[in-house]
Amino acid sequence: MGGSIPFNHAVLMPLNSNGENGSENQAARAGAHEREFDLLEITTRHGRSSSHLLPILHEVMALLGCVPPAVITQLAHELGVPRGQVEGVVGFYAFFSAEPRGHFRVLFSDNITDEMAGSVELRERMLEAFRLLPGEVSRDGLVSIGTTSCTGLCDQGPALLVNDRAIPRLTPARIGAITSLIRGDVPVERWPGNLFTIHSHIEKRDLLLSSELEPGSAIDAALARGAEGTIQEISDSGLRGRGGAGFSTGAKWAACRAAPGSVHYVVCNADEGEPGTFKDRELLTHYADAVIEGMTVAGFAIGATKSVLYLRAEYGFLVEPLKATLAERRSAGLLGAGVRGSFDFDVELVLGAGAYVCGEESALLESLEGKRGIPRNRPPYPVTHGFKQEPTLVNNVETLLAAAYVARDGAAFLRGVGTPTSPGTKIISVSGDVARPGIYEYPFGFTLKSVLEDAGAQSPMAVQVGGPSGTLLSASEFGRRVAFEDVPCAGALIVFDGSRDMLRVVENFARFFAHESCGFCTPCRVGTTLNAQMMQRIVAGTGSRRDLKDLDKVSQLMKRASHCGLGTTAAKPILDALLKFRPAFEQRLRSLDVLPTFDLDEALAPAREVTARDDAGAHFAEEER
Amino acid sequence: MKINSAHELEEATGQVPRIEGRPTFRMDGNDVPFDEGQSVLAAALAAGHFIPFLCYHPEFAPHGSCKVCSVRVNGRTHASCTQPAREGDVVESNVDDLKELRKGIVQFLFVEGNHFCPSCEASGSCTLQAVAYDVGMTNAHFNPLFPDRPVDASHPEVLLDFNRCILCELCVRASALVDQKNVFALSGRGITKHLVVNSETGKLGDTDLSVDDKAMNVCPVGAILRKRRGFAVPIGQRRYDQHPISEVATNNIAGPVPTKPTE
Repeated sequence: MGGSIPFNHAVLMPLNSNGENGSENQAARAGAHEREFDLLEITTRHGRSSSHLLPILHEVMALLGCVPPAVITQLAHELGVPRGQVEGVVGFYAFFSAEPRGHFRVLFSDNITDEMAGSVELRERMLEAFRLLPGEVSRDGLVSIGTTSCTGLCDQGPALLVNDRAIPRLTPARIGAITSLIRGDVPVERWPGNLFTIHSHIEKRDLLLSSELEPGSAIDAALARGAEGTIQEISDSGLRGRGGAGFSTGAKWAACRAAPGSVHYVVCNADEGEPGTFKDRELLTHYADAVIEGMTVAGFAIGATKSVLYLRAEYGFLVEPLKATLAERRSAGLLGAGVRGSFDFDVELVLGAGAYVCGEESALLESLEGKRGIPRNRPPYPVTHGFKQEPTLVNNVETLLAAAYVARDGAAFLRGVGTPTSPGTKIISVSGDVARPGIYEYPFGFTLKSVLEDAGAQSPMAVQVGGPSGTLLSASEFGRRVAFEDVPCAGALIVFDGSRDMLRVVENFARFFAHESCGFCTPCRVGTTLNAQMMQRIVAGTGSRRDLKDLDKVSQLMKRASHCGLGTTAAKPILDALLKFRPAFEQRLRSLDVLPTFDLDEALAPAREVTARDDAGAHFAEEER
Repeated sequence: MKINSAHELEEATGQVPRIEGRPTFRMDGNDVPFDEGQSVLAAALAAGHFIPFLCYHPEFAPHGSCKVCSVRVNGRTHASCTQPAREGDVVESNVDDLKELRKGIVQFLFVEGNHFCPSCEASGSCTLQAVAYDVGMTNAHFNPLFPDRPVDASHPEVLLDFNRCILCELCVRASALVDQKNVFALSGRGITKHLVVNSETGKLGDTDLSVDDKAMNVCPVGAILRKRRGFAVPIGQRRYDQHPISEVATNNIAGPVPTKPTE
């Protein structure tokens, strides 16, 4: 059958040496990657369904390290979709690649907290060890070294991914060990396990983190109250979505239940991509059972039998434990056919593939359908037209955890805590310049000051609340309160002390959004890149007054005209910083209104590289300096 | 109290005026009638009120990606092509801040690609150029990104010039929905998003695109061009040469609209 195609990596990767004994490596590499590659087996196992494109591509990537053009053609044929659709999906997600990357794909997390902890220097050290440029594949195909968006290990950074597996707490010694393992061509599965150990830092527990849920107890209570009674309790509790938007959870459940459709779905949004956020990582590590119980209660309440837990691919280390939890619950009769003898409900675990925008619920649904993660036009909303156009409830991990307890204990569980408009608690991820990074839970209405004290922040100068898409607050605002009615916070709190260069912080965020824009709408697609370029110029000391004006102009345009929340919030760090740290910008400017954007010296760089010259004569002297 | 207009009637009675029995919304002081399910943009164009647009095409479902047709509806900015018309809504379109916003978006598109009107075969029939004139754009303002986009001349009859592509996806939609060939798709993301061709080589010559295809003729710019048909319609006689797009798109001109050279 045509499903099996011979595939030889040696053809894709031009052979050459990386180290001293390159020719031996070459032979070993060529042998190691020659394999019969049975795509038909993979697609058949996935029911040859195009909505399974992401899991199929994950498998192909794991086997081949890339999705070559011939495989894209074959996949399209077997799934019965246009080739361009498969190519478009491969090209959209950061975890997929049509071009060969290194046999060892090293990606340093480039969140600002990683940079503050020294990731740039560590990356350069490793690039130097392999004599590579960022993103370049070594000529023997052994290794490539690049960057990736925040891996959600900000409490134990710097971090990197090697072949999609996370390694936290990087030090020069760890980088040395990793370099040796790669040089020795040791398969990642055989690397010392302690490299991959993720630590937990639960620093402060309140309502949710100190409660325990007897498996099945919330389901039993929901069954006793009935579906509508359960939704009533959720509504009465005042629970609001913890993913950021703060929409009433009860209203969402009720709307989804009421929506006509042949089938209803529940989706747990665990695509925790906001830089600086890692609370869902901890919740799914230690409270997964209660989260899944929350999903089950939601399924019962809205009348769904199927559900998906959409987990960001960076949290691959959670896959096996989560599968184990799901299996346990199935054998305990808490999932599957006849949950507690009264309704069917099951959970499928689906991995994302490196796209921040998929945290937006309609983009997440597109991704679940095996498509590019482009946010949909709304209305209609997912509660009426969601996964495969059927009514779909998308809730954040923390929301579902809280819902489980409300289902068990009733509305009063949250009502006594927090503020009248923001009942309950908020779990936040604290990172940056603090003595005790980790996750902290507070009743809504807590001041930033109290968090800074608890986490041991020395002379904090600024705090980014809610991640790059949130709010940048300066020291004079630390008395403000986190709640939907004052400073909303989806989960991240990044602290910067007086030694930090806020322009570099903002530049990092601008780069992040340019990398993560889905590119659907003009304002965000072009605006994020223009802003990143202007911030780079200003940080490099070559910005002009015109750049400051244009930063504001571009940012306002994006805020008003973008298609989704990514675009409307992407420029917030810049607008906040222009307002609160304007002198920092102005000090960095060169005093001209307009500067040439074409750098003659920079344009000579390729020529210098080719001729291996870097002397004064190979540079343009800039006379005005 | 003397009532002078439908709008004053509305204010006095709380009733939204109807035009020929159809519901209306109010745009820039005019009552615009619409049919149930119509978008703000479609209703406005049909009533003779121009709102600039690029990715919209009356024969296809609205896409809402270019955002050039942004208007303010009851105080909030929306793409008018995807915004359903609703009775009694207050729409602002021809106001200074929105004109400035649209100009910025068009400038974004100019710096994103490589657009050199004087040497472009589509000049005069190009929607991007016509809209740029309409929004009063006199320069691109921002630093051009000068992307490196090789042209694809592999097809015997068609030239594909990615430099001029504005990612409106009209060819993608036309090829999928009308021609049923799926010749075009999009890949990449963010600023690296780009049009791709549905063949393993990535070359247009290896697809079954033909010159009669809808995808061939729907391109609003000079990205998909018929080979050996240069300047079949002389400069000065092209679609937007004699009448601005605001008149062409609202059928406010007498006589036939000059066609695009590829048609």
